[in-house]
Amino acid sequence: MNPLWEALTLQAGYNATLVAVGAALLGIAAGATGSFMVLRKRALVSDAMAHATLPGVGLAFMLMVALGGDGRNLVGLLTGSAVTAGIGLLGVDWLTRRTRLAEDAAIGSILSVFFGLGIVLMTIIQTMSSGRQAGLESFLLGSTAGMLLSDAITIAGGGALALGLVWLLRRPMTMVAFDAGYAQAVGVDVRRTDLAMMALVMGVTVIGLKIVGLILIVALLIIPAVTARFWTDRAEALVWIAGGVGGVAGYAGAAVSASAPDLPTGPIIVLIAAALFLVSLFFAPLRGVVAAVLRHHHFQGRVHRRQGLLSLSRAEPIHDPMTLRVLRRDGLIRADGVATDRGAAEAARAARDERRWTAARDLHQDTALIGRYDGLTAIDAVFTPDQIAAFDRHLGREGMI
Amino acid sequence: MTPADLALAAKDGTVLTPAAEAPALSIRGMTVSYAEKPAIFSVDADFAAGAMTAIVGPNGAGKSTLLKAALGVIPRLSGEVSVFGTPLETARARVAYVPQRASVDWDFPTRVIDVVLMGLYRELGLLGRVRAAHRAKAEACLARVGMSDFAARQIGQLSGGQQQRVFLARALAQEADLYLLDEPFAGVDAATEAAIIEVLKTLKDQGKSVVAVHHDLATVTRYFDRVLLLNVRKIAAGPVAQAFTPQTLAATYGGRLASAQIDQLRLGDGAGLPTGAGPEAGAGPKA
Repeated sequence: MNPLWEALTLQAGYNATLVAVGAALLGIAAGATGSFMVLRKRALVSDAMAHATLPGVGLAFMLMVALGGDGRNLVGLLTGSAVTAGIGLLGVDWLTRRTRLAEDAAIGSILSVFFGLGIVLMTIIQTMSSGRQAGLESFLLGSTAGMLLSDAITIAGGGALALGLVWLLRRPMTMVAFDAGYAQAVGVDVRRTDLAMMALVMGVTVIGLKIVGLILIVALLIIPAVTARFWTDRAEALVWIAGGVGGVAGYAGAAVSASAPDLPTGPIIVLIAAALFLVSLFFAPLRGVVAAVLRHHHFQGRVHRRQGLLSLSRAEPIHDPMTLRVLRRDGLIRADGVATDRGAAEAARAARDERRWTAARDLHQDTALIGRYDGLTAIDAVFTPDQIAAFDRHLGREGMI
Repeated sequence: MTPADLALAAKDGTVLTPAAEAPALSIRGMTVSYAEKPAIFSVDADFAAGAMTAIVGPNGAGKSTLLKAALGVIPRLSGEVSVFGTPLETARARVAYVPQRASVDWDFPTRVIDVVLMGLYRELGLLGRVRAAHRAKAEACLARVGMSDFAARQIGQLSGGQQQRVFLARALAQEADLYLLDEPFAGVDAATEAAIIEVLKTLKDQGKSVVAVHHDLATVTRYFDRVLLLNVRKIAAGPVAQAFTPQTLAATYGGRLASAQIDQLRLGDGAGLPTGAGPEAGAGPKA
């Protein structure tokens, strides 16, 4: 059987199953948590944090080896990465608030300095006798090779914990993201909410290091949220849709990477998330590009049809090729441009509607109803038959019929 | 009485706090600064309970800053704030804030009804479920500002005036006693301005207190009963008839307001005040 299919259906063996389930939970947690970062417009802070994990990984390895232990203990490495990621986060926060640096500049500074330090530490570790087989470079791009049950449990447990906290804090985090000033005024502690959000993102980043890697984890935080934005206009729904997108990407990415040796897991997960994003960008029913183009085209067609009918009713020549095409398509004019019987009837009706709207504006001071005039809405969709009859009487008095 | 005299009078409380009733909002010695330049400096202000008070002053005078700092939205260098005689932190539930419309991203994924439900945050807490009663309350608040038909709209589809009404509905949902509004009439259509002032006057009739940052000098006398003139420092404060005079305006705006513009406001010099100024009308040099 096809190895990819086996992996997707959890038949590729114990280890692959473990990885796929762990990656799915990580993806859900990353998608949901990252949504708040995106809504708060601070998505790139997570990138600085992710790159700041690298020196922590190196230092934790060195410390564990120096203490005579196995340098590859995942919990130890993740703890170390969390420490430097936290320092990086506080660094960005401090630079932004206390200096004249803007947040993007602070992010760039912290990201590059910490990453540089991390690379230096990695190089030193390579020269250590115990460092050669450490496999720490897999933290850059993620790997599922040789993952242990305890690793998978750590990742899954961390992901579930992050999800629970997101659910608990969703209300204050949404309020702060939408309107921090108002949130503060009703008593939400904006600073603590922001820090909690950052800590959550840091937690997801750290547990995602093993599978996705620190360079690309930011994509798993951001892409699901922007994908979900195409499907909903509500923050609460957006968070869970993003979780779904992240979960699918994590699961499928881990399966694909398990089906072929040497495929790095992180990039595959990110590419699958990006594919979901592209599908949403083009084909989402409300906000997708295709839907928008179709809507616009349809609207344009209606405008031209109406305009053409009004021109026919006034016996004016029509030159606009699109108007002519629409009228011909609907059988309102013949090939030579002369109105058909139906075209003449509809033109007369359009002209009558316009006159009735004029009467409506004379008679009705209710702007809510008059305001529904857009040249396209049929008048009987707005006014009742007896109101329209009143317009006709008004027009008759004015001698306009 | 000179503007300085008015400020002095306000400071010892005789003008601003009649009777023993605690003011709705009391600010003492508040200074806020961006970098090294004070945006507002050592402002003492009392906003009377049950009144509608306008905060008036030129651009950059610190009007919005005063509100935001009083609420803790931005940090203050110094100053004490109390609400109905108790520290703000214990009285947050009694205060509703309507921020400037431009302060949020209107493309944010949220619907009108969701924004109004944010006003129930204190009631709902972290975990409380949004029940039918909460929804009904939010819808009633939307009805009060004439926005019932828009409950399910994404907020980005609203006009500026409609956005302002939604913000007001969110504040109404809090069922507060003190309403602080930051430029509620900025960039809204005339119908919205009328609707908002109607809601605010109803609040006042119910005994609530209203404080609004206001930039349109022409409507101060019509909309408000008290005024605080601010230009980094407090220039004058009190009932509109006494504190809103050509002299105090000139002191507030300096050369930025031509005397012809002040004349257009048709303010009295003590005589011929727009509303019955009462026996204590002492504004202006004639008095």
